[in-house]
Amino acid sequence: MTITWRELWTVLHGLVFGSAFLLAFSGGLAGLYSYRPEWVTVEGLHERLRRLLAGTWLMAILAWLTVISGTYIVYPWYRARPPEGAVDLTAYPRAYLLSREATRLWHTFGMEWKEHVGWFSPILSTAVAFIVTYYGPQLAQEDRLRRTLLGLFVVAFASAGIAGILGAFLNKVAPIR
Amino acid sequence: MGVTRKPLGPAAAALVGSGIGVFVIGLATTLNEALGLGPVLNWWSPAGPLTGKTTLGVIAWLVSWAILHRIYRDRDVEVAPAALWTWILVGVGFLLTFPPFYELFGH
Repeated sequence: MTITWRELWTVLHGLVFGSAFLLAFSGGLAGLYSYRPEWVTVEGLHERLRRLLAGTWLMAILAWLTVISGTYIVYPWYRARPPEGAVDLTAYPRAYLLSREATRLWHTFGMEWKEHVGWFSPILSTAVAFIVTYYGPQLAQEDRLRRTLLGLFVVAFASAGIAGILGAFLNKVAPIR
Repeated sequence: MGVTRKPLGPAAAALVGSGIGVFVIGLATTLNEALGLGPVLNWWSPAGPLTGKTTLGVIAWLVSWAILHRIYRDRDVEVAPAALWTWILVGVGFLLTFPPFYELFGH
């Protein structure tokens, strides 16, 4: 049972950070949705704030780790140029996908969208985490702001979700080894 | 609840700033396609122009957030207009990174 350094980073980038990201999103979403004075006591609001802070900051940190490791560690392996005259392109995922009509779209649509849209997630989730931290218990009284944060948090998750799903398929069609 | 109410200006600044960051990543993506800015945006060769596009977006986000925060930190503003601008910027950002859209401007 062996695993290459590149495969390990691909798993870390997509699966480990991704799973923890999903967990943090669930906590943050439930926290934001239920952070209303009519649903919990004052003591309850303070207790929920701790979980809300943990969920939103954890999601933001994981989103940063995912896009930075993706762009600066995994992506260079994906886009590496094959040597002149190379016949077997399986070690060069981008060149491999572009070499066949049946797989071209995986790069021109899948990778091209994934590599950009994934970066929306850390920016949006950091903004949400900052606002939750800055306002604290006051957020329960600011219904319009809380609902905006809820929407932005979902969009942050959706952008990471698009990148994650496309990444999972790309790694099936042209794995990084 | 015994909590001193903070003005909502800083929230509006953080929201709009994040929208600007997303929008700039989208704008750099489409401009790269339309004007062939690859060499200009290639800030680190192993990862290519993606580094320039995303770093520009992050810089735009942080700088615009800092400026807006400074302007609005003591002001109590309505969240709705800031939220609307954020949604517009995020929506346009998504559109500008969508390959079938930016390929319309192919260099």
